[in-house]
Amino acid sequence: MKRLAILAATILLVGCGTATSQGDQSSATPSATVSPSATQATLGESIVFAAASLNKVFPEITGDADINYSFDGSSGLVDQLKGGAPADVFASADQMNMDKAVEAGLIDGEPQMFATNYLVIAVPAGNPANVTGLDTSLDGTKLVVCAAEVPCGAATARITEANGVTLSPVSEESNVTDVLGKVTSGEADAGIVYATDATSAGDKVETFEIPGAKEDPNTYWIALVKDAPDKAAGQAFIDLILSAEGQAKLAGYGFGAPQ
Amino acid sequence: MTRYPRWALVPTGVALALLGIPLVGLLLRANWAELPGLLVSDRAVDALRLSLVTCTISTLLVLALGVPTALVLARTDGRWGSVARTLVTIPMVLPPVVAGLALLTTLGRRGLIGGPLSAIGIEIGFTTVAVIVAQTFVSLPFLVISLEGALRASGSDFEAAAGYLGASPSRVFWRVTLPMAAPALASGTALSFARALGEFGATLTFAGSLQGTTRTLPLEIYLLRESDSDLALALAVVLLAVAALVVGVATHLRAWGSHA
Amino acid sequence: MPDAVRIDARVEARDVELDLTLGEGELVAIVGPNGSGKSTCIELIAGALRPDSGTVALGGTVVAGAQTFVPAHRRRIGYLEQRPLLFPHLTVVGNVAFGPRSRGASARDAARRAEAELEAVGLAGFGPRRVRELSGGQAQRVAIARALAIDPEIVLLDEPFAALDAAATPELRRLLRDRLRRITTVMVTHDPLDVLALADGVACLSEGRVALQSGVDRVFQNPGTRFLADFVGLNLLHGRVVDDAVELPGGALVTGMAESPLLTDQARAVFPPAAVSLYRAAPHGSPRNELSATVVGVEDRGLVQRVSLEVGSQRIHADVTPSALRDLHLGEGEAVVAVVKATQVALHPVA
Repeated sequence: MKRLAILAATILLVGCGTATSQGDQSSATPSATVSPSATQATLGESIVFAAASLNKVFPEITGDADINYSFDGSSGLVDQLKGGAPADVFASADQMNMDKAVEAGLIDGEPQMFATNYLVIAVPAGNPANVTGLDTSLDGTKLVVCAAEVPCGAATARITEANGVTLSPVSEESNVTDVLGKVTSGEADAGIVYATDATSAGDKVETFEIPGAKEDPNTYWIALVKDAPDKAAGQAFIDLILSAEGQAKLAGYGFGAPQ
Repeated sequence: MTRYPRWALVPTGVALALLGIPLVGLLLRANWAELPGLLVSDRAVDALRLSLVTCTISTLLVLALGVPTALVLARTDGRWGSVARTLVTIPMVLPPVVAGLALLTTLGRRGLIGGPLSAIGIEIGFTTVAVIVAQTFVSLPFLVISLEGALRASGSDFEAAAGYLGASPSRVFWRVTLPMAAPALASGTALSFARALGEFGATLTFAGSLQGTTRTLPLEIYLLRESDSDLALALAVVLLAVAALVVGVATHLRAWGSHA
Repeated sequence: MPDAVRIDARVEARDVELDLTLGEGELVAIVGPNGSGKSTCIELIAGALRPDSGTVALGGTVVAGAQTFVPAHRRRIGYLEQRPLLFPHLTVVGNVAFGPRSRGASARDAARRAEAELEAVGLAGFGPRRVRELSGGQAQRVAIARALAIDPEIVLLDEPFAALDAAATPELRRLLRDRLRRITTVMVTHDPLDVLALADGVACLSEGRVALQSGVDRVFQNPGTRFLADFVGLNLLHGRVVDDAVELPGGALVTGMAESPLLTDQARAVFPPAAVSLYRAAPHGSPRNELSATVVGVEDRGLVQRVSLEVGSQRIHADVTPSALRDLHLGEGEAVVAVVKATQVALHPVA
C-alpha cells in the first residue's frame, strides 16, 4: 500500500515537473516559473552518473535534494551504462565519452554542454622551483602531467604543441587527481591540471595560465539517459544545472561558461 | 574413502568458479592472434622489463630483511613480540593507496625521512628506487608472516640440538633453521614476488608513472585500459602468466621440499 | 682431580636451589616428581639456562656464574632426549658429522669420525640413508652416535628411552652402557630399570632441592622417601657373580634372568615385592630362590600388607594379603623364609 502511495505521489510530481519545464529543451535557460521547493521535490528521485570532477559542485547545486549520485571517471561511467546500470542523467567531463554514449544508443535527445574547463600550470605554494609559466623555467624541474592516453593528457599534448614547447615530465599520471596530488604534496615542482582542480586545492597551490588554453577548453556535457527510470526528474536535474543559479556555482568552482 | 563431508564440494565449486572464471574470461577476451606483435612493442617490453627487474630486487631485499625478522618474531613472545607482529601485518591489510600515502609522507620530498635526504641531494620520488621501496613495503609482510608461522610450528628444539653439537647461532641459522624452513621460505618468497609484481596503488601514489622508469606492468595496464584495450589485455595475460609461473614453481619446490 | 660437575646455583623464578656434585666418569640418575627441578638441573648444565646466582662448573671450569656464561655451543655437551631430533634435511652421516664439522673438523675428518660412531652403534652402512627411513630405535641410535661424535665432556640423558617401544629399549640400554663407560653422565628418568642398568648413583630432587644423593643399592633397599619407594617399587639384592647367579654375602644364591651377560664381578638381583611369598619353614622341591629373612616391620597398604624384611644386611619387601599375614602370625623380629620364583628375578651386572 505504502509503495503505491509513493508511486502515485511521484506521478503527480512528475506531471507537475514536465508541465512547468516544457519548452525548448536545447535552451540553457530553464523556466523561471519553477519554484525551488517544487524542483527539489521533483529531483528527489533522480539517479545521476557524473564525472568525478563534479563531485563537489553538483551536490552543492542540488542542496538538500536527495539525489543518488554516482561519481566516477567518465569512461567508467559509460561502461556501467553499457552494462545496464540504471541512471536518469549522465554528465561527462569530455566530449569523447559523451559521443561514445550517444553512439552506443544510451542517450535520449541531444547532449548539452554545461561547462568548460581549461588547463593551467599548478605549482606548490611558495613556488619552490621558481616556475614562471609554460616556458624554459620548467626545464630541469620535476614536472608531472597526465599521460597522453587519458583526456587531460591529450589536451596537455595539444596545448604544449600549440605553444611550441617540449616537456620532459618525471611522471605521466593516469588521471588529473594524481597530478594534483603530487603538486599539493610538494613531491613535484609543477603539474599541468585543470583550473577547477587548482581551485579545489585552495592555497596549497599557485597557478599560471597557459596561453591559448582558455580558447581550447575541455567541454562538459550533460544528457538524459534513454532507459532512465524517471525522465522527468532527470530533466529537472539538467534544467537546474543549466539555470543561472547552477552556472554561478559552477563558476565558483573554477569552471568556465559553456561556449 | 573421503575425508570431508560431501556438501563441502558445493562451496568449493562455487569458490573455484568465483576465482577461476574471471581469469578464463580475461584469457578469452585477449587478442591471441596479435598477442606476439603487441608484446614486442616498446612500451610492453619496457613495462615487462621494469617489472621483472624491480620485483627481483625487491624480493631479494624482502629476503634479506624478512628472513631474520621472521626468525626473531617466531622466537619472541610477550608484549613486544605481538606489537612487532601487528606492525608487520598492517601493510598486508592496508589499502594500496594508503600505503602509497604513508610512503609519500615518510620518504617524499617533504617527508619525515625524505626531507632531510632531499636536503643532502637524495630524492627518491619519481625514481625506480621508489618503485622498489613501494614493492618491498607491500610484499615484506607476506614473507615474514608465512615464514614466521612455519618457524613457530617447527619450534626451536632442532636449533637447540644443533647448539649442543657446537654450532654457533649463525651456523644454526644457515645450516638448520633455513634448510628446515625451505618449503615455507619458497612459498613465502613466491607470494612476495607475486605481490610485488601486482603492486599498483603504492607505486602510483609514491613513485609516479613514466615509461621505462616507474611504469611497471600494472601501471601500464591501468593506463592502456583507457586507450588500447587490446594491449592492456595482452599485458594482463603476461602478468597472469608470470604470476602463475612463480606460484607454480613455488608449489613445486614446496612439494619437493616436503618429500626430500 | 676436579669434580666433573659442580652445581651450586639458584633459579629464582622456578624456586630452584641445587647443590649437586658428580665425580669424573660417574653416571648419576636424577629422579623426582614433576616440577621438582630435574629439567632445570639439565638446562643449567647444558647452558640453556643461566642461574640467577651461584655457579655451575664443569671439569673445574666455571661455565656459569656472576661474571661468566659460556653458551651451550661452546660447552662440550652430549645431549640426548626422548626424541632423536635428527635434522630431516641431512643424511644419517650428515647428522653425525654435524657436530665435528661445527667444531672445526674438515669435511673428510668429520665424515670419517661419523662413520666410526655409526659403526659403534651398530649402524655401519646406514650413512647415506635419509633420516625418515629409520625406525624409532635406529633414529635414537643415530642420535647417540651424533651426541658422542663431539667427544662430550658431559653427557645429558633426558628420558632417552621414554618414546621408544619396549622391545627396542633393552638393546639401547646395553648400547649406552657400553658407550658411556668413563663418560660423566647425568640422566633424568622415570624408569627404575634405567637406574639399575646404567646409574652409579641417584640424586632425588624434591621441590627444587636435592633431597638425597646416594648409591643405587641404598636407594633401592632403603628409599627413605615415599616418592623413592614408589619410584623404585622393586627389591634389590646386591652380590657377587657366581656362575650366572648372584651370591649374597650370607652365601645364599639368587638365580634369575639376565638382560645382558653377567661379565662383571658384581651384580644385582631385582624383583617386585608381589613376587615374594613368605613361609614359616622352607617348602621343598621347586626350583625357587629361598632366602632366610627377619621381619622388621609391617605396613598396611590397603589391599596388601607390605612386610619389610632383612636378608643378611640387605632389605627387601614382600606384599602379602591380610589373610595370609594372619595365618602366618608374623610379628617383628620373627624369622621367615622368603621365596621368589627365578623367572621373576632380573639380574643386572654392576659396572
